Parts: sequence; C-alpha cells; structure tokens
Amino acid sequence: MDEVFKALADASRRSLLDRLHASNGQTLNELCEGLAMTRQAVTKHLAILEAASLVTTFRQGREKLHYLNPVPIHQIGERWIRKFERGRLTALSELKRRLEKRDA
Amino acid sequence: MRKPEFVYVTYIETTPEKLWEALTDGDFTERYWFGARLKSNWKVGSSFEMLHGDGTVSDAGKVVECDRPRRLAYTFVNLSEKYKNDRPALATFVIEPYGNLVKLTLTHEGFAEGSKFFDGISKGWPAILSSLKSILETGHPLEIPFEALKFED
Repeated sequence: MDEVFKALADASRRSLLDRLHASNGQTLNELCEGLAMTRQAVTKHLAILEAASLVTTFRQGREKLHYLNPVPIHQIGERWIRKFERGRLTALSELKRRLEKRDA
Repeated sequence: MRKPEFVYVTYIETTPEKLWEALTDGDFTERYWFGARLKSNWKVGSSFEMLHGDGTVSDAGKVVECDRPRRLAYTFVNLSEKYKNDRPALATFVIEPYGNLVKLTLTHEGFAEGSKFFDGISKGWPAILSSLKSILETGHPLEIPFEALKFED
C-alpha cells in the first residue's frame, strides 16, 4: 500500500493515469504524445506506477499496451470507507461533481 | 486484432487451486460477486450463467477456455432490456503463482460499438476483484452494496 501512495504522490504520474483513464491501452509512444515530459521521464514514471500495480501492461503482437488498473485504488477506499458511509460519500462526490461542472 | 478494453491485475495471498475454486464455485462466488452464483459445468462450449437468489439469470454466455488452475475464459452479457444492443464480451482470467502470492490478470474485450454494458463492467470488476482478494485473504468478503456503484439506467 505504501507503494501506491508514493506512486500517487506525484502530479506527473497522476497525469499519466488521467491519460489512461481517458483512453485505456496505450503504447509508450501514444502516452508520450503532446506531453511536456521526456520519453525517459515517462518510462521512469510508468515503472513506478507498474511497481505499485496502478498500471499494468499487456502485450499484443509487438506492442506493449499500458492499462490503468484501478483495483489498488479501490482497495484503499475499502480500507477506510465503511459500508454505511458509502451512500453519503457517493452523494457528496456527485454533488461536488455537479457543482464544479456548473461553474466550469 | 482489437486490443482488450480492460486489463485488471490483483495479487492475492492464496494458491492457484483456491483461486480457481473461488472463480468457479457457485457457493463461493455468491459470497463476493454481488450475490451471483456462477453456474456452468466449465467445459469448453458449455453455457455460463449468473444466477440470483430469486431464481433469475442476470447474465449469460459460453465457456471459451478452461485450463485448471491456469486459464479460464468465458463470454457473457447482461440480459436486461437496457443492454439489448450489446453482445457477449470475452472475459479471460490468467492465474500465475509467484511464491506465496498469486497474480490474477483479467482481460475483458469484444464489447459492441457504443456498448452500455461496458460502463457497468468498468464499475463492477474493481469491486468484485477487491472483494475476491479480501475473502481469500481474510475469509470475509467486502460487502459492497450493488447500488453504491450507481449504474446508469
């Protein structure tokens, strides 16, 4: 679990996860497109994300595709969020999402 | 060849045999899979169903691969009206032992264009896999209420 928090404690790595969330199953080249990071930096960040199991790779032919693996994030949530709190938290997240959307 | 829409990985402190049992035994799946009993004789080409307490079948498909305790693959789609434009998609479970851990990789692919089923699946698997890990490691499932996942109608 420490590895998950360390991996998430970096804005560049979170932005890589955002990119995979928007479009899952990307190659390294696709992930690097339009990013202000060097290819080496992306590779390094991906290795940290993979070690934390937040990103998983899948080989298809000669391509290595990167996928967002949300299971560890789900497990973190489950550790501290109790069953009876879930409904209220879901309602609060939904409220936040709607209010922010309206402001945008 | 199209790429899988989802690839999920979880490491579980268990054995391949126990994990296989947890993935294929109806009594066991009922405890962590939103109450669904998976029903199949697990022979390639046989039917696969998710049965519920009230006797209804929510999802159905066919067994595509069965290599105990390494690889299991089946297709399924939800049978409700709202998924009528969907087709069965292929879920493949790969089990690899690493010391006292087992790596479970789940890929899901072959959804219809503009699939609604896809949305439900993306919310369902992380919850099912977390609960599966919990029940194998602690003996208790995570009781995630199905409603909490907020499936859209």
